[in-house]
Parts: sequence; structure tokens; C-alpha cells
Amino acid sequence: MTDQKPFVDIRHAKKSYGTLEVLKDINLQVQKGQIVAIIGPSGSGKSTLLRAINDLDPLTGGEVWLEDKQINKKLPHRQYEAHINQVRQEIGMVFQHFNLFPHLRVRENVTLAPKMLKGITDAEADKLAEEQLDKVGMLERIDHYPSQLSGGQKQRVAIARALAMNPKVMLFDEATSALDPELVEEVNLVMKKLAEEHMTMIIVTHEMSFAESVCDRVLFMDQGVVVEEGPPEVIFRNPTSDRTKEFLRKHLAGQHP
Amino acid sequence: MQKVFPFFLEAAWITVLLSVLTTILGLILGIIGASARLSRFALLRFLGAAYVSVFRGTPALIQLFILYFGGPQIGIQLDAFEAGVIGLGINAGAYMTETMRGAIIAIDKGQIEAARTVGMSRGLTMRYVVLPQAMRLMIRPLGVNINAMIKATALVAAISVVELTYTAQRFIGSTYKPFEMFLIAGLLYMIIIYITGQAVAWLDRKARIT
Amino acid sequence: MGLDFTVIPQYMDIILWGALWTILITLGAAVVSFVGGIVLAVIALYGPTPVRLPFRIFSFLFMGTPLLLQLFLIYFGLVQIGIDVPAFMAGIIGLGLHFAVYNSELFQTGILAVDTGQIEAARTLGLSRMQALRKVVVPQAIRDVIPPIGNNMIALLKDSALVSVIGVSELTLSAQRAIGSTYRPFEFYVLVAVIYYIINIFMEAAQRRIERRVQASR
Repeated sequence: MTDQKPFVDIRHAKKSYGTLEVLKDINLQVQKGQIVAIIGPSGSGKSTLLRAINDLDPLTGGEVWLEDKQINKKLPHRQYEAHINQVRQEIGMVFQHFNLFPHLRVRENVTLAPKMLKGITDAEADKLAEEQLDKVGMLERIDHYPSQLSGGQKQRVAIARALAMNPKVMLFDEATSALDPELVEEVNLVMKKLAEEHMTMIIVTHEMSFAESVCDRVLFMDQGVVVEEGPPEVIFRNPTSDRTKEFLRKHLAGQHP
Repeated sequence: MQKVFPFFLEAAWITVLLSVLTTILGLILGIIGASARLSRFALLRFLGAAYVSVFRGTPALIQLFILYFGGPQIGIQLDAFEAGVIGLGINAGAYMTETMRGAIIAIDKGQIEAARTVGMSRGLTMRYVVLPQAMRLMIRPLGVNINAMIKATALVAAISVVELTYTAQRFIGSTYKPFEMFLIAGLLYMIIIYITGQAVAWLDRKARIT
Repeated sequence: MGLDFTVIPQYMDIILWGALWTILITLGAAVVSFVGGIVLAVIALYGPTPVRLPFRIFSFLFMGTPLLLQLFLIYFGLVQIGIDVPAFMAGIIGLGLHFAVYNSELFQTGILAVDTGQIEAARTLGLSRMQALRKVVVPQAIRDVIPPIGNNMIALLKDSALVSVIGVSELTLSAQRAIGSTYRPFEFYVLVAVIYYIINIFMEAAQRRIERRVQASR
């Protein structure tokens, strides 16, 4: 841990649905440029935690901060809406099922939000789309509809769409889980490239080897708590908790038969 | 207001009568039309398709006018009520033909193949395998047809049958209370439609249990 | 009395003018019903409760009663509250509102069927709820319900015959005028039926074309 002020700061995050506690007092600090992976069995609360960062699934307790701004501020409805729309522009999110807009071409998928929210001109928007799509290797498909793309291509466009807002941090919610195995690598490559550019990233994933090669830090979550966290070489090679060992044993067995 | 009420009740009765008779005629024509549409004979298929296309492709009001005003020119003399029942019934029959045909062709081909492989003839397969299943499928969409048809009975106001809409129009003219008259007639229509809807739902539930 | 179709040519111009009016009224009412349908759907789903209730009652009344009755209400009702609109405007409003209610039901189903992930994706980019609805949800809902909306528009064409009873000089009333001086109802009503049928065929062809074009963005 450094003394530096954290870039993303989650303090005492709690979330419950009725009596079911999904997150039990979670703390997570991410420094600027850091890449953090969250692993754990399904139902462990890892996606809920990620979705709490941009308040898609609001916490029932605790605080989430991005730099010096509290994201989940309690505000009257109207003010909250203005506030959260502002904050979300600074947080990119990539979903398991891509959630591309099927009625828009690839180009418009990328430029919709910048055009509406940043008031850029059509020419600027075109340039932005070309830049971002080039970065993820999808420039050739700029005038295609999402339905004409493979899963891996869709996810790369979704990443470009998020990057087009020039976010300070990127959230990945099982970005490769819905992909056929042979399409996973192209998305991983794009994410690695972002890592090399020192993008701050929080990644919920099942890809242990990817997490190990890219991340600075790994959190293992189970049943709403962080069981263990540390550098990837420790978590993956020398975990201390039995639950972590058990999870990794099952998971790695499944992944590399 | 109390004065107009008995007139509305009597008019509602005419609307109910029109609806019932039109439904019966529509169902009969629907069965004939669907049989023709699914027939082995190309001519019958063509006639069935032409019936559906012409009567769904032109306004019911015009069909009614041709029958009522034009009928006498070709030797068909009907009073307004008879023309209403026959005109609307033929129109409803075209919609019901398509509903019934849709339900029949929605039955899984595997059902037909299964019946044919055990040696059942085409006719037997239709009667004992396809129709019983299609019957259940068509109750709800036929209910939608009947609902639309009840509202279409208002068209006979244009040939001066004294039903609900005609009565409402007449009293709007004499009382200058369009909203009140609309509400009275509207409520009566909605009661008729509600009861019909309940009956269809009951039939549908019953068909699903067996 | 027999049939005599030779009387038709000299009234053909009246009939064709009537056909033109029928097309104009159908188009006008189609626009009203389309835009109105979207507005009604968004209000029904996302409007504040005190607004939703009167809209519900309005929809309920319009779906449960005949169009002809509604046309009488609108035509005489507008006069009653001191608004004197030309008959053809009353016709467009009446037909438009009637089908707006039916379209609204379709749009609501369409909006609810759009994957919640779509709204989430738009919101995470920073779009507001209304922006997400306008740019992401509603366009997809429209695309998905185009076939049944098309059916409603074809029904609207045929129901436009009803505005003849409130004195709009469209196709049906034009025929009645010609019949008034020739006493040849059969000939003119059959002619008018043929014209409706032709317009109907064109609308069905247009509907198929639109559906094909929309397929690409699925």
C-alpha cells in the first residue's frame, strides 16, 4: 500500500436485497494506472461490487469515490441524475453481453454519447470513431451493424464505445465470458494494450491466466467478502486461505483439463 | 337524463343481438373459409384466398353499403338489420378464416407425421389430431376478432339501425350533451365487451385444462 | 333495375378527388397516431402517477368503444366546447387518436421488450434516462413493432371511410354524392371498394418494403 490518495476508493460497501447480504463491508482502493482483477465463484458479489462503482446497482451502505468526487452521493432525485450522468461519463463500462445498440451502425455506437453529451461536431465525431475503432482493430467494420459482427468483434466495438468518452477508469464485467473460446484472445489483446497505456482498470473475470499476466493486484471474493487480496503471483501461486485454494483448484482444473 | 336511459337500454339489446348473430355467421363462414384455404383443390384455395383478400382489403362500411343500398339492384332486398347481420357477418368471416387457418397451420408438423405413420388418413388426422389442438389455439384470437366485431356493429348506425351508436348520435343532436351521451353508450359497449371477454377467457381456461 | 356502369366516367373526377382526400386523411391520421402512440406509450410507462391515471382512462375508453361513436364525440364535442374545426381536421384528430391508443399498446410492448442491458449501456455512458429512451430504447421499440403498426395503418385506411358520416368529402362521401344524382349505389360503391382495395395493395407493398429495410439493423 502506498500513501498516495487512492483514485477509486470503495469504503465499507454494503449491499443487501431484503435479508440477503450480497456485499458485507467491502473496502477497495485502486491507484491511478493500477489494474485490479476481481475473481470468485458466481454469486460471490463481484459483479455487484463492480456495478456499484458507477451506481448501476446502488449500495445500501458505504461510499464510492472517484478522485475527489463521491459517486453515490445522497441527493434529491433531479440533482442526483445530473450528478450521476456527469460521473458516469468518466467511468467506462464493458458488459458480458456487449449491449451494443443494434439499431445503430458501429460508427454511431461509438459516437452517440460523445455527440449527445460533449456537443462535438459530425466531423469531430467521425474522427473520434475512426481513432477509437482503429485502436481496437475494428476500423474496417465502421459501417456495419452489430448483428453483422462476431462476439469478439462486438466486444471490441463496445470497448471503443466506452473509450470514446475518454474515461478515467474502465470497468470490465466478465467481458470475455460470453465469447466462444477462439474469440477470447482478440479481446484480451485489446485489454492488454490498454494496460500498457496505463489505463486504470477494474476487471471482473474468470480468466485466471489473463488476470495473472495483466493485473497488478487480485481480489478473491466469496459470499460477499474479500477473502484474500494481493499481487497475482501470491494469490495464484501461494494463496493463504483454504477457500481461495479450493476455488483455484476447481477453476484451474476446469480451465486447463 | 333519465328520459334517455330506456332508449339506450333498448339500443344496447339491439347491439347484443347484432353481435350474437354476426358472431354465429362469422364463425360458420370462418370454418368454410379456412377449409377452403387449406383444401387440396387449387380452385377452392383460390376462392378462399380471394374471399379473405377482398373482404379484409376493403372497408366494412362500403361492404355494408353495397349490400344494403346496392342489393336491390341485383335482386337482394334486405331490411337494415338483416343487411347489418349479413354484411358484418361476411366481413367478420374473412378475419375469422385467417384466425382459424393460422391456428391450424401452427400445429406442429410432427403431430401430422406421427398420425400418418400409424396409418391414419388425412381426414382422420385432421379430425382427431390437428383440429382438437388447433381449437384451443384459436379461442383467444377469435376472441380478439369478436371484440373488434362488436365495435364494428356501430357501422350499422350508418344504415339507420337503431343500435347504441345511432341512439347516441340521435341524442347528441337533440340534447347537445355529446360527452354524456358518449359516456352512456360507451359504458354499455364496454359492459358488452367485458362480458364477452370473460366468456372467451372461461372457454380458453376450460380448453386448456382438458 | 339492373346494372349500368356507363354512368361512372362522368363522375370519375369527383371520385378521384375523394380518393385523394382519403389518402391525405389517412396519411395525416397515420402521423398523428404514430407520434401520439409513442408519446402515450412513454407517458403510460414512465410518466408521473397523477398523469398516468387520466391517460389510462382515456386509453381504456378509446379501446372499448367503436370508432364511429368516438368520431361523433369529437366532432360534436369540439363544437360544444366552442372549437369549430373543419370536418376533415376533426376526422384526422378522431382517426389519429383512435389509432394512437392502439399503437401505444404496441409501442409499450416494444419498449418493455428492449433488453435492460441496452438502457444500462446507455446510462453507463452518461446518457440521462430521457436521452437513453429517445436514442436507444424507442428506436429499437419502433423497429420491433413495425409489422403490427403497419397492420394498424392499413386498418386506418379502411376505417377512414367512417369520417364520411361527419361530412368529410373523402372517397365514401364522394360516392354518396354521385349516387345522390344517379341513383346507382351498387355501381359506385363497387367502384369505391375497388379503389380502396388498390390503395390497400400499395400500402401492403410499402409495409413489406419497410420491413425488409429494417431487417438490416437487427
